[in-house]
Amino acid sequence: MAAANIEVSETPLVLYALRRADDALILGHRLSEWCGHAPALEEDMALANMGLDLLGQARELYSYAAKVEGKDNDEDKFAYLRDVRQYRNLLLVEQPNGDFARTMVRQFFYAAFADLYWRAMMASTDPTLAAIAAKSEKESAYHLRHSSEWIVRLGDGTEESHRRAQDAVDHLWAYTGEMFAVDDSERGLIDASIAIDPAALQPRWLKTVSGVINEATLSLPSNNWMQKGGRSGSHSEHLGHLLSELQSLQRTFPGATW
Amino acid sequence: MATPNTPLWEVFIRSRNGLAHKHVGSLHAADATLALQAARDIYTRRGEGLSIWVVPSNAITASDPSEKGMMFEPAESKIYRHPTFYDVPDEVGHM
Amino acid sequence: MYTQALNSSDGDDRGIEDAALAAQFQARIDADERIEPNDWMPAAYRKTLTRQISQHAHSEIVGMLPEGNWITRAPSLRRKAALLAKVQDECGHGLYLYAAAETLGTSREELVDAMLAGKAKYSSIFNYPTLTWADIGTIGWLVDGAAIMNQIPLCRCSYGPYARAMIRVCKEESFHQRQGFEIMVTLCRGTAEQKAMAQNALDRWWWPVLMMFGPPDQASQHSDTSTKWKIKRFSNDELRQKFVDATVPQAEFLGLTIPDPGMKQNANGNWEYSAIDWNEFKQVLAGNGPCNRDRIAARRKAHEEGAWVREAAAAYAEKRKGRRLAQAAE
Repeated sequence: MAAANIEVSETPLVLYALRRADDALILGHRLSEWCGHAPALEEDMALANMGLDLLGQARELYSYAAKVEGKDNDEDKFAYLRDVRQYRNLLLVEQPNGDFARTMVRQFFYAAFADLYWRAMMASTDPTLAAIAAKSEKESAYHLRHSSEWIVRLGDGTEESHRRAQDAVDHLWAYTGEMFAVDDSERGLIDASIAIDPAALQPRWLKTVSGVINEATLSLPSNNWMQKGGRSGSHSEHLGHLLSELQSLQRTFPGATW
Repeated sequence: MATPNTPLWEVFIRSRNGLAHKHVGSLHAADATLALQAARDIYTRRGEGLSIWVVPSNAITASDPSEKGMMFEPAESKIYRHPTFYDVPDEVGHM
Repeated sequence: MYTQALNSSDGDDRGIEDAALAAQFQARIDADERIEPNDWMPAAYRKTLTRQISQHAHSEIVGMLPEGNWITRAPSLRRKAALLAKVQDECGHGLYLYAAAETLGTSREELVDAMLAGKAKYSSIFNYPTLTWADIGTIGWLVDGAAIMNQIPLCRCSYGPYARAMIRVCKEESFHQRQGFEIMVTLCRGTAEQKAMAQNALDRWWWPVLMMFGPPDQASQHSDTSTKWKIKRFSNDELRQKFVDATVPQAEFLGLTIPDPGMKQNANGNWEYSAIDWNEFKQVLAGNGPCNRDRIAARRKAHEEGAWVREAAAAYAEKRKGRRLAQAAE
């Protein structure tokens, strides 16, 4: 018998921590898929470093969610025993790696956001979240630096790399709007200064992103229709496959310790 | 088709403030910016450094080992350059 | 790691350029001096080392694949982080080793091209599949354990850049074997299914791991020059015996059975193992292991699919150089 899903009491603070943890885990998992397959050994090292940063963030956030929830859930139960409808990550981070351009543009869009977001979150009235933010901000800043350098090189490199980079931007753009959305659950945390309002970061995010995209001789799509749903468990088809792999051992051997 | 070469860089790391940068290894990168990032990602994963230099390997001019005699042996006989060459009476203490 | 099995000969002294230089060179080696890249060295020394170090590098890089196979399925977040960090380390080790080989005058690109073309060897062990999570524990415990036996003496190898790379590798690798053994301990203390998984992994990996040390001494004709040049300090059989003696009590601790019913301890305390199937070893080296084709195909795919990225970086670097020159001319 396969291991069953856990139940989670998604109070606003638990849900908040799970959303950020899920973002970090899923993106970290995607980056870990590159390990051994990157375009150069140097880049293999870089992708793994970013993946490890994100895994670390996920673990701290899950542990905090478990503590706040106060039941017997823990980081591994959150990661391994929730199904696709219980995951709360952004659609952006679950998108498949595709080619190196797709991976870097995804990283760039997310890091440009995460850098601003965690920096602002350092002022959270919740000391645990403020501490996680301080650590994550430095990591995100480097991810932004690294991905920006690549966006510029891919965009302004060869004809082929330009085409691939533009294709990646066009493909992923519709998943960026969700980063700035706020629902009722989160609104209360924002009002209590536990969380910050991501919508306020959008102009600065767009400025950073446009700057790099311009330097890369790329352009942002004019279509501004945005996909959403990840935060409430309505995901793309890709996440289910990712989870079936991620969770395979825990699901196959219920209750075992690894 | 043979793979084209990506330039080679030498990496120097200052492990702590107060220490000099020390050669730690090499890497390949297309330009200086990528080389610096790669050096960070490869050579400082265990907190080994606070400052990094990267230098194109072909920018280094090295002495020729076959000229070792001419280059370095003349220094060996100049023992008067070292403090232990001089006798100072013990009573004077440390100098 | 992993080069012990692959040492092969360029060892005869034919073609040595200059007998006097060669004698001086050997005198330096005998005096335990390190040889550095620009020093004079016999062509055969250069060739042997280039081959050994690059095979070692290829082994690290190909070795990422069997373990990488489980990163996305690691059963806890702690294990996932440790495994990703470990496989990343192997990438770093490959990178250090390619750099050491390059100091002998062959570029990384040439070395990699030779491997992708099937002209260069890498350790036979990586041509076996990782079927269960217990294989990850077993690789850490046994494959890395065997590697450490081989790598520690290489830290004193006569060629400076190789020795320095190995010092760094050994330092970083100190967590790898512990990581693997911890997985094994957890499995062996777990459910009956987990314990069976651990035993099955040991059954599959034991003999291939013993083969990692290379052919028996009497069949290994080329060790002499490597020993004379202080590239190799212990024979294949010496290292294999040391490994077996160290591993038997560990298996006992785990409550696992080494799949060699004929194994017995002799009067000197050494564990005598049964005959190794050297035909299997030969077949795997010849390309007929269970995963040879998959491993090379995976490396080729990464290389080919990365070509446009490397080209883009090179093109951008050229453009930027051009723009700087243009600016300077204004």
